[in-house]
Amino acid sequence: MTVASTDLTQASRREAVAFILKKALISALVALVLFSLMIGIRTEAGPTGQLIYWTRFDDLATIVAIVFGGSIVVELLRQWWGPVSTVTVIPPSVQSALGLARRAIAPVLLTFTFLVPVIFYDQRYILDLGILVLTYVMLGWGLNVVVGLAGLLDLGYVAFYAVGAYSYALLSTNFGLSFWVCLPLAGILAAFWGVLLGFPVLRLRGDYLAIVTLAFGEIIRLVIINWQSLTGGPNGVSGIPRPSFFGIPLTPGEDGLAAKLGIEFSPTHRIVFLFYVILALALLTNWVTIRLRRLPIGRAWEALREDEVACRALGINTTTTKLTAFATGAMFGGIAGAFFATRQGFISPESFTFQESALVLAIVVLGGMGSQLGVALAALTLIGGFELFRGLDQYRMLVFGMAMVLLMIWRPRGLIGHRAPTVFLRKNTTISSELAREGRG
Amino acid sequence: MDYFAQQLINGVVLGSIYGLIAIGYTMVYGIVGMINFAHGDIFMIGGFIALITFLILVSLGLTAVPLILLIVLLVSMAITALYGWTVERIAYRPLRHSFRLAPMLSAIGMSFVLINYSQISQGARVKPVPPIITGGYTLFDRDGFVVRLSNAQIIVVVATIVLLAIFTWLVSRTRLGRDMRACEQDQTMAALLGVDVDRTISMTFVIGAALAAVAGMMYLLYYGLVDFFMGFVAGIKAFTAAVLGGIGSLPGAMLGGLLIGLIETMWSAYFSVEYKDVAAFSILIVVLIFLPTGLLGRPEVEKV
Amino acid sequence: MSGDIILDVEGLTMRFGGVVAVNDLSLTAERRKITALIGPNGAGKTTVFNCITGFYKPTSGAMRLTHDNGRAIQLERLNDFRISKQAKVARTFQNIRLFPGMTALENLMVAQHNALMLASGLTFLGLIGAPSYRAAEKHAIDQAKRWLDRIGLLERADDAAGNLAYGDQRRLEIARAMCTEPALLCLDEPAAGLNARESSALSELLLSIRGEGTSILLIEHDMSVVMEISDHIVVMDYGVKIAEGAPQAVRDDPKVVAAYLGADEEEAIAVMESSP
Repeated sequence: MTVASTDLTQASRREAVAFILKKALISALVALVLFSLMIGIRTEAGPTGQLIYWTRFDDLATIVAIVFGGSIVVELLRQWWGPVSTVTVIPPSVQSALGLARRAIAPVLLTFTFLVPVIFYDQRYILDLGILVLTYVMLGWGLNVVVGLAGLLDLGYVAFYAVGAYSYALLSTNFGLSFWVCLPLAGILAAFWGVLLGFPVLRLRGDYLAIVTLAFGEIIRLVIINWQSLTGGPNGVSGIPRPSFFGIPLTPGEDGLAAKLGIEFSPTHRIVFLFYVILALALLTNWVTIRLRRLPIGRAWEALREDEVACRALGINTTTTKLTAFATGAMFGGIAGAFFATRQGFISPESFTFQESALVLAIVVLGGMGSQLGVALAALTLIGGFELFRGLDQYRMLVFGMAMVLLMIWRPRGLIGHRAPTVFLRKNTTISSELAREGRG
Repeated sequence: MDYFAQQLINGVVLGSIYGLIAIGYTMVYGIVGMINFAHGDIFMIGGFIALITFLILVSLGLTAVPLILLIVLLVSMAITALYGWTVERIAYRPLRHSFRLAPMLSAIGMSFVLINYSQISQGARVKPVPPIITGGYTLFDRDGFVVRLSNAQIIVVVATIVLLAIFTWLVSRTRLGRDMRACEQDQTMAALLGVDVDRTISMTFVIGAALAAVAGMMYLLYYGLVDFFMGFVAGIKAFTAAVLGGIGSLPGAMLGGLLIGLIETMWSAYFSVEYKDVAAFSILIVVLIFLPTGLLGRPEVEKV
Repeated sequence: MSGDIILDVEGLTMRFGGVVAVNDLSLTAERRKITALIGPNGAGKTTVFNCITGFYKPTSGAMRLTHDNGRAIQLERLNDFRISKQAKVARTFQNIRLFPGMTALENLMVAQHNALMLASGLTFLGLIGAPSYRAAEKHAIDQAKRWLDRIGLLERADDAAGNLAYGDQRRLEIARAMCTEPALLCLDEPAAGLNARESSALSELLLSIRGEGTSILLIEHDMSVVMEISDHIVVMDYGVKIAEGAPQAVRDDPKVVAAYLGADEEEAIAVMESSP
């Protein structure tokens, strides 16, 4: 190494350091201005009703310092890792190991899930969390049909969840119908709403479709809140009956299941039962989706996502194809909603906000649209992550928002980066999701 | 009749506020083809900044109302514009060549960030403010119903008109405006001709944010309160206004805003207050289905 | 113009706002023959295609498609997917529109959607795995395999369509259109971007398709392909028909030469007479 090149490296290193410092300084300055008023000053309604404020300059200084430091770290990482879209070369031995791991994940995960109530029988918290995760897995798989397979951007999925929940709640409290009767009814009602929602939005594309579905979701929520005589308004519906074990109630009394089986009654029984119910429902969703994918309708959904114009040129009725996608996705959402109602015993409009739609959408996108396993893993990650933030609701959503932004920048195609073909002659190779289109609605 | 006249006045004022926000949506959609989901929340941030600035000025002993208004206007425009710039830089620019869904989801994420950021930093309670501008004019006083035009309302409408004039001049007469229109038509070609596309897009977001800040301040003056969730619903309504007027058209955005403001006010006055938001959202759906190019927009033919 | 006419276009006009893209165009395409539609860029050829295949609604005019069994369909009354499904008119696109994230085989399976949907009893029979559906699916796969073999892509059946070479993609698009078993195949610049060897393979393919009874209407700029396979040529310029006839006659028509050269007719005649 000659003296000249050492000088060069030293000079370029100084330049790099200066560049990083400059960037960090600008970021810190911007942060200072942005946060000066919102964080530096804290307003609140005072004791006599007028607005008072106090200063929080130490918090402000801390945040600016974090931004400064953070920006240095980010720059260093960026220089070390290279730009976002560089491809890293994976050696073949690692590749085959990864392939094996990939194929093993699904069965392992499934087995583990079946055993959760056995392993964690005493930990009510884990069981509840499991039920929550499985509910979102089902919602994710349901929305996956609309967004992942058919490429229709639906931001109002929570509307079907709500229809299902309220259907069961109102049918059971007003007419005394049992859970098992109401379950398919909820699905059918939600599917009906799916078609109703689908009709007006058929010709809309991309962003417009998204906004209109969002508007629909909000309309449903507002109607629920305001139509007090039907839905109980903001107070919701309470006293929703719990499901029975195919007719035998899960109560401590003489006619309860525990008595019939001759074992001691425990409230955990109901939780375990609910766990397996949602697991069964989710697996049903999964099975139906996988089968539909291999049938002409599923292939038409994916073709619709890839290129709608070509579909029309091939004689495919894109209208009915879109409507079936909406209806199917809605049906699963409705069924999940009915389950939600029975699990909680009480529902209110608060549970059906846009945030829920966004959360389910994030699960589908994070999972790599169209991939069943990806959606399940994404639901586990997001809902599990949410739980870690329990008690810090606002911070939860803040982090969730930032995570969505980062996810889009870093891995817009989601965790699972490939699509599995539905029919093959010789080799079942997976197609990189770089090729699959994301649909224009 | 007088009741109607009062609602008319109220509707125009509300519509001006929506129109200012709608301009931001329509400009951004025109130039980068995305719905800036977080724009409504920028409006909310503008309102907060105005509130805080106002508080500080008052507590520092300033009493001259015009001076206070001017300072609050400038400060809130400047800081909110910086918010708009930052959001674009962090959440949208890296995704400009990514696939279609990405900027929208990023925008949704950013919206959550802004909403929760203000909720955390300023608390979840609604912030009331004593009326800053008081007084007004009684227009008619017959049959016991008084039709009033308050000073606050006058200021809102006048400010909107002045800003619109400035803004129209900006878009049609200045270099920046020309660059913006060029980028709207064909970004690649504009870049080849020497237009700094990045900077132009940034400026579009900045201007949109500044106008939203004014809207936020007007909202504060007129309604006397801000809360962290006001951007969500106002955003959808302003977007409806932009679509109603014809997305991509600036006079359309203002026209749409006025219409939405009037419809919302009339609906609350004559039908029901609870369902006024439903009315606004339904208009969005109806417009997009039956008149997707809006009132002043140009129809697009799909190329195969 | 003897013989049986499959497509009869009369007085077709397409107006976009103030622009008249196609002006009172009339043409006929004979059954089991290849009709070419040529003309300089911007002549309105793709617009005519889009009208015939239901992507644009013509401002005025009639387009009658007559099937083998004598049944006639007015295309301007159908829209959208029905043109392919009921009228049995298939098309390919100027900018290839395959399903890039799906394999070549899947692309061909999607083309057989309508037949398979019927066989799957609107999905329900398929969901329960009824044997009648499984038989239909096997038949569809076999048909797809035959076409893949015919265009030489059988080895690449399981590869993503987006990964195929350009020439392969073009042929795949034609095969996909053929899987809908159309009466009339409309091709929009199928030879664009192909080299000489690929062009002659394309010509062979189209001739064999014609031989099997499908009528072809094609837009093309590559004169070697046009001259080699066309039975009848229609020439357009500025939205109107300026000439039509057998390939030789059209090639020697001074109006046609003028249109392509951008000159006027007298100059063209002068040029043609002065050359050996």
